[in-house]
Amino acid sequence: MRNAFIQKLMELAEHERDLILLTGDLGFKVLDKFRDKYPKRFFNIGVAEANMASIAAGLALEGKRPFMYSIATFATMRCYEQIRNDICFHKANVKIVSVGGGYSYGPNGPSHHALTDIAIMRALPEMTVISPGDPIEAACATQAAYHYPGPVYIRLGRSNEPVIHPKDLKFEVGKGIIVQEGEDIALISTGNMLETVVSVSKSLSSLGLSVRVVSLHTVKPLDEQLLKDCFTNFPAIFTIEEHSIIGGLGSALLEFAVQNDFNHSKLKCIAVPDHTIHETGSHDYLKKICGLSPEQIVERIQKTMKELHLC
Amino acid sequence: MKELYSHHEIQQRAILIRRHVVKMAFEGKTSHVGSSLSCVDLLSALYFRIMTIDPQNWNEANVDRFILSKGHGVMAWFATLAERGFFSTETLKEYAQDGGRLAEHPSHGLLPGIKVSTGSLGHGLSVGLGMALAKKMDQSPSRIFVLLSDGECNEGSVWEAAMYATHHKLDNLIALIDYNKIQAMGRSNEVNALEPLRDKWRAFGWAVEEINGHNLDEILKSLEHLPFQSGKPSIVVAHTVLGKGVSFMEDDLLWHYQVPSEIQVKQALEELKSP
Ligand SMILES: Cc1ncc(C[n+]2csc(CCOP(=O)(O)OP(=O)(O)O)c2C)c(N)n1
Repeated sequence: MRNAFIQKLMELAEHERDLILLTGDLGFKVLDKFRDKYPKRFFNIGVAEANMASIAAGLALEGKRPFMYSIATFATMRCYEQIRNDICFHKANVKIVSVGGGYSYGPNGPSHHALTDIAIMRALPEMTVISPGDPIEAACATQAAYHYPGPVYIRLGRSNEPVIHPKDLKFEVGKGIIVQEGEDIALISTGNMLETVVSVSKSLSSLGLSVRVVSLHTVKPLDEQLLKDCFTNFPAIFTIEEHSIIGGLGSALLEFAVQNDFNHSKLKCIAVPDHTIHETGSHDYLKKICGLSPEQIVERIQKTMKELHLC
Repeated sequence: MKELYSHHEIQQRAILIRRHVVKMAFEGKTSHVGSSLSCVDLLSALYFRIMTIDPQNWNEANVDRFILSKGHGVMAWFATLAERGFFSTETLKEYAQDGGRLAEHPSHGLLPGIKVSTGSLGHGLSVGLGMALAKKMDQSPSRIFVLLSDGECNEGSVWEAAMYATHHKLDNLIALIDYNKIQAMGRSNEVNALEPLRDKWRAFGWAVEEINGHNLDEILKSLEHLPFQSGKPSIVVAHTVLGKGVSFMEDDLLWHYQVPSEIQVKQALEELKSP
């Protein structure tokens, strides 16, 4: 996803003279081409994320259009008050782009696991939160965010996510994408779980279930129309995300259901439990500990469907 | 409690530690081999001579503490702890493996000797400051050693700690900077105006010594008379080389990231032999 992001940013930068890229000393080989082509619009702020967020706010307040880039933990948690006070309070036109959503930085350990970033970014007034599901969505989100007013947080995976969507994808901030239509159950995915969710839906289809798959890239603002449709027409809805059970996509949908008097007992949230994994392991290994492998998710959904007497 | 390791022995251990590091990077397929190699001589001097430690009672109230604030240099720390008997060298095989206790940044609570988890730069000096304050309150002889990287000094929190440690006259707090002059996107002084680094620390009220971080004589000479000044925190600005000890890794940003190939490991181990 990060290559899709930088490629799109390079394209935009060619015509958009106010576009600026800031990094917190990250992006070796990834951001190099931007730095080499647009040296005057590239700033490596150093290992200083709080400084970077406030600098981005200042640039934006004077009419520049900064993107700031770091690993998801450092880009959000290290500079949270700077984002809130300097960026959000001022509705500053800053786009925060992070890499390494969820457990993508696997063996690096808990300091690099971004499991609460959606929760904290979503809680900020003025902030838009986008969590693209594949490289196509990542490129679309970059372009859309540039033209979308105010602060935007884009949470990318890392580098090897497969392409799932067609190249000519129709993408709009705040509008979910129906990847596959179905009738029995709706799977709502955000971010880098999309690959897993697509594979889950294949397994469920082969078991005779008709599955709607939604990539809900924008976690804030929610696609209310699409969600209304899901709650009205589906007996069971599952949110699936590589993020803490607290405060992410699942929580957002629960809030939506409760506030709009939808039957929230239809909704089941599959997410990372409220824990910290200290032992090391690959991305897939850590997902498995959390019950987020495709097989585990299929099993969990089947169990729920039986409990609800839906199959 | 304090065993004496000879000068020669410490140098031998440093070689063994470097060999572990290269093998771990290869087996674990991880970055940061260069960042680990640059702090091996500092770590071996600390663990084999300078610090008062006891691998069996490593968390006892009166032994010295160590924090690897540049958490990505962890291979060097794991290997040093193993060589010093905190755990077996066999344990190093768990590095970056599924279910292993050795991640690419230190996690506390899994292995002896590791009290503070790090990985996000700019935390260690403040945590160390808190520990140093506690030790002063308890009138403990325990000292707190914190190893930082140069890029880490970009973080404002480092300077917040620098100012406050002086305010409390914490001469039981010792910082070391692994000044290899390279950070993640380029040469440190091309990224940010780090220099004059020594003067900055001095202006913040620290007692500063500047040494060659690969010369054991210089390292020991400096660290054997801690605190450098009573009533002041001490800092060693150690000039080092990224990838030190493996000719083709030295002073090359690439080795912040690159995983060595099998041939490169062989070549590296060939170079890392007892003199
Ligand atoms: C707060 C924070 N931001 C970014 C990173 C990512 N990162 C890891 S190492 C590094 C810089 C490496 O250079 P330096 O700090 O000088 O250490 P060296 O490897 O040269 O010893 C960066 C930016 C991090 N670990 N923590």
